[in-house]
Amino acid sequence: MSPAAFPALTLVSGPEEVLADRAIATLIDQARASGADVVRLEATAYEPGALRIHASPSLFGGETCIIVRGLHEASDELQADLLSLLAAPASEVHLVVAHASGNRGKKVLDAMRKQDAVVIECPAIKSDRDKSDFVHKEFTRARRTITSEGVRALVEAVGQDVRELAAACAQLVADTEGTITDAVVDTYHGGKVEATGFRVADAVVAGRTGDALRLLRHAIGSGVDPVPIVAVLAMQLRQLIKVGAAGRGSSNQLASSLGMAPWQVDKARRSVGHWSPEGLAVAVQAVAAADAEVKGGGRDPVYAVERAVLTVTRARGIR
Amino acid sequence: MSGGVWRDLVGQGPTIETLSRAVAEPAAMTHAWLFTGPPGSGRSIAARAFAAALECPGGGCGECRECRTALDGSHADVDVVSTEGLSIKVERVRQLVQLAAMRPSVGRYRIIIIEDADRLTAYTDAPANALLKALEEPTPHTIWMLCAPSIEDVIITIRSRSRHVRLRTPPVEAVAELLQRRDGIEAPMALYAARAAQSHIGLARRLARDDGARIRRHDVVSMATRIVGVGDAIGAAADLAQISDEESKASASERDAAERTRLLETLGADPSARTQPPHIRSQLAALEREQKTRSTRHARDMIDRALIDLASIYRDALVLHLHSDVDLVNPDALDKVRALAGVFSAEQLLAAMDAITEARDRINANVTPLLALEAMALQLRIPRDLGV
Repeated sequence: MSPAAFPALTLVSGPEEVLADRAIATLIDQARASGADVVRLEATAYEPGALRIHASPSLFGGETCIIVRGLHEASDELQADLLSLLAAPASEVHLVVAHASGNRGKKVLDAMRKQDAVVIECPAIKSDRDKSDFVHKEFTRARRTITSEGVRALVEAVGQDVRELAAACAQLVADTEGTITDAVVDTYHGGKVEATGFRVADAVVAGRTGDALRLLRHAIGSGVDPVPIVAVLAMQLRQLIKVGAAGRGSSNQLASSLGMAPWQVDKARRSVGHWSPEGLAVAVQAVAAADAEVKGGGRDPVYAVERAVLTVTRARGIR
Repeated sequence: MSGGVWRDLVGQGPTIETLSRAVAEPAAMTHAWLFTGPPGSGRSIAARAFAAALECPGGGCGECRECRTALDGSHADVDVVSTEGLSIKVERVRQLVQLAAMRPSVGRYRIIIIEDADRLTAYTDAPANALLKALEEPTPHTIWMLCAPSIEDVIITIRSRSRHVRLRTPPVEAVAELLQRRDGIEAPMALYAARAAQSHIGLARRLARDDGARIRRHDVVSMATRIVGVGDAIGAAADLAQISDEESKASASERDAAERTRLLETLGADPSARTQPPHIRSQLAALEREQKTRSTRHARDMIDRALIDLASIYRDALVLHLHSDVDLVNPDALDKVRALAGVFSAEQLLAAMDAITEARDRINANVTPLLALEAMALQLRIPRDLGV
């Protein structure tokens, strides 16, 4: 590996741990390939002065790669040591610093950026679209193909945690052959659905009664409390009513005047056409009744939510 | 009879008679009293006046040291217990039981007044149960006085161990007269405030003195004729939640900050430090938890009050409907009352009032206030814009 491919300064920036782990693993491989010693430091367990010890030249020459993880929770001593190392860089030291998010360690970040550190971005993978993109990339990297239904099934089954998603991708790459379809995903992850209150609410608002009930059972089965499910449902209906009453205007304008995010406005706009004002009124009242019941007013919280889901999906048909 | 310590207890003639007799004749006295009456009728005033009369050598002159200290809650043998949180904790009750075992220090009786006895049973009956023994077999010279909105608000075992004194809603004129005499408020304003507060003495005083409170009340009452569509209903609910939220924040934030500074001073911590040492952090966290319960309670109380105001206009419309010979609560908003009476039938008005009551119950049962208010506002929709 030529020195040009392995930079003196690298900044791994972003909250997604899976990506950061990967970037660092690649860098370590590169460092080992070029014959450098690898030293790993954790910011939370840092002892003052350790950085200088590892950065000082060895009697036998050779290069050192120092990896500092968790700059976002670094102590003042570590920050001071990093800054002094950056102020007087040693030619045989390669420094890799990982920073998740936040303002802590900003001085170090600025100093590194000023010295043309190579920045590897690890953006958070949150939305379903991010996750689908991630899965696509995983399979492209492994020179495999996956159908879009396969991606959807995989994200639905293990999408809650990106690390788990990455592991599932690796497993499928290792254990199967040919194109991966939803049938293949089903073989490995069939019947498993990670449901959250949001997905239940989405199904309810879209009027998919069967899906909503199924997701609700999955959610409760995997430990989601009925209370937040009702809260999310109430919020979605509130947004529908607000957007429905607000009339025309760009989604950005509406978003700021209604206190919502633009994507929420767009989403509510797409659904609100299927609802009548009367239906929404019935729905909100059913949800309020369910909220009272899940908070101790009724005997069976799960039944209360189920009944609310049924009432709300039926209310969608009211004209 | 109604002078002396009893002068601030208005419109409660029969009660004053019962209590004075108990002071005068030992045979008519007992060791545990339960004062009930609608909010603002003067339950705690009655209890304090009774305590003063018992401690006073002259049987309630209203002038001596004993009377004055008992009335303002600083008498050494009169302990007034109230809570700003959602419930009175069992630990607090146990302390009171210990206190009840002690002899009075300067007065004739040791008197313990629990102002929010209904909050003894807010989540569990444990605090109320802790009280039972002390209530049943009291030390001589110890008198318990419990105050609650209604007799159903205390558990039956407390009810059976105490003597019940029922206060009635004082007449509007009596409340107005009290406001004029005690707080020096002009007659027309006193009458308006007493009527708008539906004889709630403390509330009437605030309405008479605070412009902001009057404006907020007006906003709430006008809501009834503004809710036409579903969007209006959601908007109105959000407004209602916001009004009470703002009010509770405004009154809390200053006090919270002062309490925090005082705690830091007591602990000898540096108030300007960005992060505090762990043992101080834990104390601060405890204080913040307490402040949060207090603000939850306060916000709920504000919403509850607003809902009572809102219900009053439907009540007035119903009065017009039935042509009954009762005074209106909102004579100043007569056009709105008429409009509501014109557009709703008597049944619909009752349903609207039921919806408001249901929202109050739900908020008490921990339903998210905004959601409960939305469900309520949706049932208050009027068929068309009334233009008032």
